Amino acid sequence: MKKLLTGNEAVARGAFEAGVKFASAYPGTPSTEILENIATYKKDILAEWAPNEKVALEAVIGASIAGARAIASMKHVGVNVAADPLFTYAYTGVNGGMVLVTADEPGQHSSQNEQDNRNYAKFAKIAMLEPTDSQEAKDMTKAAFEISEKYDTPVLLRMTTRVCHSKGIVACKDREEVGIKDYVKNTKKYITVPAHARILRLKVEERLQKLLEFSNNTSLNYIEWNSNKIGVIASGGCCSYAKEVFGDSASYLKLGFTHPLPTEKIKEFCNKVEKVYIIEENDPYIEEQVRLLGFECIGKDLIPFCGELTPDVIRKAIYGKENPSIDYDADKVVPRPPTLCAGCPHRGFFYTIGKRKNLLVSGDIGCYTLGFAEPYNAMDYNICMGASISAGHGAQQVFSMQENLPMRAVAVLGDSTFFHTGINSLLGVAYNQSNTITVILDNRITGMTGHQENPGSGYTLQGKETTPVDIEKLVRACGIEQVKVINPNDLTTVENALDWALSLHEPAVIITRWPCVLKKFSPQDKEEFRGTFTKRCTVDAEVCVGCRSCIKTGCPAIFFDKTSKKANIGLDCVGCEVCLQVCPKQAIRKEEA
Amino acid sequence: MVKSILLVGVGGQGTILASKLLTTGLMEAGYDVKMSEIHGMSQRGGSVSSQVRYGDKVESSVIEVGGADILVSFEKMEALRWLKYLKPAGKVVVNDYEINSMPILSGKFDYPAGILEELSSKVPTKIVCAAKQAAELGNPKVMNIILLGTIIKSMGLEAIHWEKIIRDNVKAQFVELNVKALAVGMSLV
Ligand SMILES: Cc1ncc(C[n+]2csc(CCOP(=O)(O)OP(=O)(O)O)c2C)c(N)n1
Ligand code: SF4
Ligand code: SF4
Ligand code: SF4
Repeated sequence: MKKLLTGNEAVARGAFEAGVKFASAYPGTPSTEILENIATYKKDILAEWAPNEKVALEAVIGASIAGARAIASMKHVGVNVAADPLFTYAYTGVNGGMVLVTADEPGQHSSQNEQDNRNYAKFAKIAMLEPTDSQEAKDMTKAAFEISEKYDTPVLLRMTTRVCHSKGIVACKDREEVGIKDYVKNTKKYITVPAHARILRLKVEERLQKLLEFSNNTSLNYIEWNSNKIGVIASGGCCSYAKEVFGDSASYLKLGFTHPLPTEKIKEFCNKVEKVYIIEENDPYIEEQVRLLGFECIGKDLIPFCGELTPDVIRKAIYGKENPSIDYDADKVVPRPPTLCAGCPHRGFFYTIGKRKNLLVSGDIGCYTLGFAEPYNAMDYNICMGASISAGHGAQQVFSMQENLPMRAVAVLGDSTFFHTGINSLLGVAYNQSNTITVILDNRITGMTGHQENPGSGYTLQGKETTPVDIEKLVRACGIEQVKVINPNDLTTVENALDWALSLHEPAVIITRWPCVLKKFSPQDKEEFRGTFTKRCTVDAEVCVGCRSCIKTGCPAIFFDKTSKKANIGLDCVGCEVCLQVCPKQAIRKEEA
Repeated sequence: MVKSILLVGVGGQGTILASKLLTTGLMEAGYDVKMSEIHGMSQRGGSVSSQVRYGDKVESSVIEVGGADILVSFEKMEALRWLKYLKPAGKVVVNDYEINSMPILSGKFDYPAGILEELSSKVPTKIVCAAKQAAELGNPKVMNIILLGTIIKSMGLEAIHWEKIIRDNVKAQFVELNVKALAVGMSLV
């Protein structure tokens, strides 16, 4: 049966066909839809959101040790979080096949960096596969499980944004029920005390030799002969881009199995072509190997190090020009930056804190990162998930060393980010008693990545009701005594809570509790937030004096009408009342029920 | 021969459903199809694009600069943002519909004037009022299906069984409305 699938859907399909029993992930663009799609095979696969990537990979490792085929998926930076278990499972090897999908982001469409996770395969000494399109994404997911079990290795399946989010036609097959292998206790393999680990260490090297032999012989790495003037070596999404540019004028060494790289095949190819081009995004991973083998090639000296290598980029790098295009006045185009939605529960908080002085706002990653931008300008930095609290703590400790310095650190993060790694950071604050202020913006969902359930939402990925974490109780259990839960849409309450926290000489936590506008309400939400988002606000044009104060809340539902010189509110208003509280003339009113 | 269709607009305008129906129809008609959609953040209101390529054999899902045979813009200003991706001999279908971005809402910029003139002076441009047509059909949401109709007609893809594709992919109660919207779209170009 043929289906049009994205790369992510195809990986999910591959996992299904390969007989996978267990899957875990933490959301992150561009990997999120892999687990979301695996979750649709409810009868056959147990799919779970983990609170973070380390937990996801560890759960998958446990499932693999217990004998099931298991898969973890995450965005590239997620692998940093999960690196610790990865490097040791690389030593022990598997029982049921284990695959880790890394979704890298050349071009940084929605990421904080552009790390090339192919380096992880080399670093951890494990096998790696790189699909070019959806069909390969499905096929290679299946192949990855075979390789994992045959060579006793975790396998890294490396995707990139375009491969994840592009659709192509995929021939689907039935599920192959491989069952669950017997679990047999084997401490020499799985207890990694130094005495065992030294032996495992040697096995890793032996395994690499066998994998190298596989790499040289597998049809996952193949040559397409055309001309012997130009030879192109590429892997992953870059293969398709290269073909658009070089067409039949070049021969190709297409690499699908990329760790270890097929040294013999590379030699065979390079010996037969006059000029070798290496087309790869980000790091010179293949290029370094080719040069090590003693071949001259054209790689990063021409091809950009950063960004995506779409056909136009390659064309420009190699031929010095793009295809002809229309010359026009592009200056007319106004940017369309992302903004907090109309009625976003983060707005009231950032509007309020943005007006204060002598604060360092230690930020984090989520929709709320937009608090850094106009019109709030209310965030100083963000490093990685969970760092808001720990980096805020460090900053506060240094501020506190300096007498008479009025600076205070306020850490700001979302509910999902708090569950991810914020909890550990808060333990550090409580334990070391800095007077850091932590604000947990609890919008009852994982917003930024498309509204995934999380440990606080009361539901699992596959729709089961579960115990929701009570963030307030959890914070108190960490040892924080000063805690307030507030409604962020009530600006006076937000002001008062900040004043209260700033007056203390011990750690304080403010939890703002209000749902994301785009959240699908659960029965519990309907009860707790009855009537929310059902009424609009309007501007009374008679009363409005055109002072623009309401515009400074940055809500996309309000606009300033230049002809009438008055504010106006569009149909996308959901009646959060933030602008209403800001208007000095009481010109904004809420519809009656 | 590979053809490239570039659909652009603003998040929430329904480009994703339109491109899903389009690619499904192309696949069922026997073409090789690839499509690329970059969507990162979930907030509403960002610039979005769906890149559709079809033919006997398609390699890359990405449309390069100067590579699209047709640019269909669900929002006026977006047409200009993406125009460099059009082939010099390509054509534009633009929805005469404005969505203000934040810098415009806040008064920092005005919504740019003269976009339709700029487009028309450079390439064959068909201006449609899909919002008005959708309102006449009684549901502003079918703007995307009307625009899909303009693509089908412009690319000569009328022979594909679009009614069946809609029936297979749209909720039963909206099928009739969507079929009508598609016909309206096809009549506009
Ligand atoms: C290590 C890591 N994993 C995943 C992500 C992707 N990511 C960015 S923001 C975010 C979720 C934020 O959710 P929440 O904290 O609830 O804030 P919201 O977006 O709802 O405001 C995720 C998963 C990331 N940037 N880094
Ligand atoms: S998706 Fe939710 S949390 Fe994100 S900006 Fe919109 S309302 Fe706010
Ligand atoms: S009440 Fe005001 S701030 Fe809230 S959504 Fe409506 S216009 Fe925006
Ligand atoms: S804050 Fe009030 S008076 Fe000022 S522009 Fe807005 S609605 Fe008018």
